[in-house]
Amino acid sequence: MTASPMIVVDDLAVHFGEGRDSVRAVDGVSFQVHEGESYGLVGESGSGKSTVLRVLCGLQQQWQGRVTLAGAPLPKRPRRDFFLRVQMVFQDPYGSLHPRFTIDATLSEPLAIHGIGERRERVHRALEAVGLDPAFRFRFPHQLSGGQRQRVAIARALILEPRVLLLDEPTSALDVSVQAEILNLLARLRREHGLTYLLVSHDLAVVAHLCSRIAVMQGGQLVEQLSVEDLRRGSAATDYTRDLIAASSGEIIAQPAQST
Amino acid sequence: MSETLSTAGWRAWLLSERPQSALQARLGQAWLSWNAFQRNRLAMLGLALILLLVLVAAFAPWISPYEPNVQNLRLRLQPPGAAHWLGTDELGRDILSRIIHGARITLYIVTLVVVIAAPIGLLVGTVAGYFGGWVDAVLMRLTDIFLAFPRLILALAFVAALGPGIDNAVIAIAITAWPAYARVARAETLTLRRSDFIAAVRIQGAGAFRIIGRHIMPLCLPSVIVRVTLDMAGIILTAAGLGFLGLGAQPPAPEWGAMISTGRAYLLDQWWVATIPGLAICLVSLGFNLLGDGLRDLLDPKRRGG
Repeated sequence: MTASPMIVVDDLAVHFGEGRDSVRAVDGVSFQVHEGESYGLVGESGSGKSTVLRVLCGLQQQWQGRVTLAGAPLPKRPRRDFFLRVQMVFQDPYGSLHPRFTIDATLSEPLAIHGIGERRERVHRALEAVGLDPAFRFRFPHQLSGGQRQRVAIARALILEPRVLLLDEPTSALDVSVQAEILNLLARLRREHGLTYLLVSHDLAVVAHLCSRIAVMQGGQLVEQLSVEDLRRGSAATDYTRDLIAASSGEIIAQPAQST
Repeated sequence: MSETLSTAGWRAWLLSERPQSALQARLGQAWLSWNAFQRNRLAMLGLALILLLVLVAAFAPWISPYEPNVQNLRLRLQPPGAAHWLGTDELGRDILSRIIHGARITLYIVTLVVVIAAPIGLLVGTVAGYFGGWVDAVLMRLTDIFLAFPRLILALAFVAALGPGIDNAVIAIAITAWPAYARVARAETLTLRRSDFIAAVRIQGAGAFRIIGRHIMPLCLPSVIVRVTLDMAGIILTAAGLGFLGLGAQPPAPEWGAMISTGRAYLLDQWWVATIPGLAICLVSLGFNLLGDGLRDLLDPKRRGG
């Protein structure tokens, strides 16, 4: 393996609550994602996959273990510079955009926070990069469709030029016809910007489309890691993964093997 | 013809699907809201009453037929008639002129109370709601203390401590008014702080006060504005109550509550002395309530589509 690891997660544990009511949401999870790679975390809801993402982007600040992002250890209380390295796209584009902000204001806000100039030009470029007409700049989120909103959310995540993009079920709230557009957009942006993706999904078809390696999570633990070829062949080591594959096998096989 | 054309041009500009600037986008949204508001007849009536109050207060010296404080004991307690449309009081002062000048006092009290109480309530509520934990506990127990007393009683206590007068009445009412706004703002903040768009701005690196000031407060503002508008009637009544008890505006200021208080002695034989200022209070309170109801229908996120 020539590429250096961009994300190293070693023995990560997160628990919510205190004492006997304590729930271990993530329990001893370890994996590595290489620079420029697209890595998928799959599992049913409650398996802890979204919690791993929230730890990595600094939203979940109570955790144990060792995490390295872009060569530097993940701080427990991230400072502002940290967020220039990693950004996230949320699941629901209807809830992730401020309802009273125009698209322009939404995209300018991260630039204002970090004191970055040339905002007009950068907003313009970000909209073009995600395939949105610059005429959308002064619209409000409620004037956009779900797919358009998710494009804005992607543009917002990329406007700070992060090296790692965390994707939390980025297509599951969208119409099927729009899902493919967004997945292709994400694949193109990764190629163009040399981004590293960590994608969380319960949809194996989405993961198979975008990722080269996959980790399966169950009950807060990482059950198995496998390549996308293994996934397509259905050659999994554990029963749980085989069940997952069987549950959605039609979709994976129907999906043509696109090189992303 | 050209006029209708230019009106259509304005409408098209306001409702453009491709606004060219943030200002145009905001004005377009405001225009849509105004259109929705206009359809509510009662709210428009409320707005008209409030506009009337503002205009009367603004032009009081020019539209009042007499000086409000000039006494004429030969003409005391005149019934409504041609010379004095709403009659005269026990010192022969023209009641219409006093009502008109009293509008200024009412507007002054209401405006000052809102300017003081609404920002305090908004700030306390959003800070408590956003940070949670012990910050929330301390700030909310503080508001509970203020909410535990009836407003007029608390205002009476403060005025008694500070001394009678309009300015002290304003301070006292403002001190008793903010907890309600803090509650409203906190409730809104609690639902907002877990939302994805707040998480998104957090992982852009925004500090807590930027998030509260720029992202949360604008969304709490509509409910606070509605609450404030509906509270206006209560504020006016509290001010009138303090005036009635002699703790608000001092004579000879034509404050409506104080006018009712002096008219009380003549209520059976000279009904207009107390009734006219009572009607004025009633109309203005009604106006604010209708306006507040209309604003609530307009701004309530549960009723607003997409």
